[in-house]
Amino acid sequence: MNLKYSSDRKIRMIAHVVMIFLTVCALLPFILLMMASFTEENTAIRYGFTFFPKQLSMAAYQYIAGEWQQIGHAYLISMLVTVAGTLLGMLICTLLSYGLTRDFIGKKFINIYVVFTMLFNGGIVSTYYIYSNVFHIKNTIWALIIPGLLLNVFNIMIERSYFATNIPEALLESARIDGATELTTFIKIVLPLSKPILATLGLMTAIAYWNDWTNGLYYVDDTRYYSLQLVLNKINENAAFLASNSTQMSGMMHGTASIPTTTVRMAIAVIGILPIILMYPFFQQYFVKGITIGAVKG
Amino acid sequence: MKKKDKKARILRSIPIYLMMLPGLIYLFCNNYMPMFGIVIAFKKINWQKGIWGSEWAGLKNFEFLFKSKDTFTMIRNTVLYNAVWIILGTILSIAVAILLNEIANKFSKKIYQSIILLPYLMSMVVVSYLVYAVLSNETGFLNNSILPRLGLQPINWYQEKAYWPVILTIVNLWKGIGFSMVIYYSSIVGISVEYYEAARLDGAGKWQQVKLITIPLLVPTIITLFILSVGRIFASDFGLFYQVTKNSGALYPTTQTIDTYVYNALMKLGNMSMSSAASVYQAIIGFILVMITNAIVRKYSKENAFF
Repeated sequence: MNLKYSSDRKIRMIAHVVMIFLTVCALLPFILLMMASFTEENTAIRYGFTFFPKQLSMAAYQYIAGEWQQIGHAYLISMLVTVAGTLLGMLICTLLSYGLTRDFIGKKFINIYVVFTMLFNGGIVSTYYIYSNVFHIKNTIWALIIPGLLLNVFNIMIERSYFATNIPEALLESARIDGATELTTFIKIVLPLSKPILATLGLMTAIAYWNDWTNGLYYVDDTRYYSLQLVLNKINENAAFLASNSTQMSGMMHGTASIPTTTVRMAIAVIGILPIILMYPFFQQYFVKGITIGAVKG
Repeated sequence: MKKKDKKARILRSIPIYLMMLPGLIYLFCNNYMPMFGIVIAFKKINWQKGIWGSEWAGLKNFEFLFKSKDTFTMIRNTVLYNAVWIILGTILSIAVAILLNEIANKFSKKIYQSIILLPYLMSMVVVSYLVYAVLSNETGFLNNSILPRLGLQPINWYQEKAYWPVILTIVNLWKGIGFSMVIYYSSIVGISVEYYEAARLDGAGKWQQVKLITIPLLVPTIITLFILSVGRIFASDFGLFYQVTKNSGALYPTTQTIDTYVYNALMKLGNMSMSSAASVYQAIIGFILVMITNAIVRKYSKENAFF
């Protein structure tokens, strides 16, 4: 008995050690990025990015503050796209999922129509061709909202099974007997009962929008529609992007030498991550839930 | 009487169709129209004439594709990376999930889980910055702080293709392990405590409980996830291979996958015939694999099948 007790304790110890190791591994790159952004430019160039820079500086953030017109605008685009995309997408998704649980003519066909999109796709090239040459979506705000992200078929499946199992048929039937139309039943009964699933899927959709950069990569080269992720992507391609763009946009002249290029890009990444990290403790539990419901179906 | 029934049913269907309409239209535009766009791969595209006006090319585009020496490399990379990651990822995330379950303190369990999951929350662009902070030639942490201390020369990471299979594997595990850990952990939590209590009464230790109860009861989840990922073995995470490698040409022999090839051929080289052939090839093989794996999943656990 005693022996077993001690072996249990040993396993618990091992578990803690492994978990602490993984936690540290998960965090270290973020800490390095943050320290890099606070490193004085010449120190960074001489000694590289370290966890304990010899000389700290706020220069990168001061530069960003001076360029806030650009970064702030990208922030606004990111937020606008996230909010609009999530609301619109959830609305379309919920209406369709609810409809699929009702009785209507041609239900079988509509089900196949929806499910088939999970099995086969036209590939990137023809999707790109259709969106740019048929819908002329290039360099519009819609390019960031519509392609691919607006409606996730996996979410339809999840919502459909949620409605089917969590909303009693009798409740809908009694509403109909009282003379409520489909739409009123949906708004007054179904939506309030589905708050948990809507919150979870809404969060996952919002994260997908906030993190997206591929739509911009394919469809946007007008800097007015650059989201934060796109700005980060552009700096990746061309470190001087920010400087070259500021001269274009505001007519201000920056000597390239005065820009702490090395540390600024790190600082912009920090600013891009910050809102997510700050909000993470609050939505963490929904995020975990979103992963587990989507898991096997996704 | 019957006629009246039918009329009532049609009347009842109309509002439902109206509710579903936006979603159905979206699927038509976003999914079905590109399916017809597949004809691009069989045409000699002339931008003035559009898709339908362009001449047919038969299977010429595919012929060119398979004559190109890049093709073998990108298919090999796509499949090999996926195969290794499916196996490594499954084993490691189950191990981590079992260990997480051993931690009794609810608070520390939650902290561990949230932090290990944090990388999964990040976009690949952000991940590429994190990797760059470590690997950059001039200012990277490895080249400045680690390698000199070990007496090694700095390495030009973004030009040296040999290291990337390892780098990408680490990045992929670092980003994804929290996600799969959560999935397996949720199945472990679902296992009835009674099994463990009975095992304990019979004198089974922790390791035996894991071996005889936890793992066997995880098998359905493992098989389902495994089969589903085999169905996606021809697809790669575009962001990982494009952003994290900084799309560096010197690395292509070990980092080019079908998705990055299609992007580069389409957007960088404007080579419509090669890119469309590659993307249609990927879509068709993907479809076949999904159909096969779905049929297998249906046999194993019907509720996890797509249809």
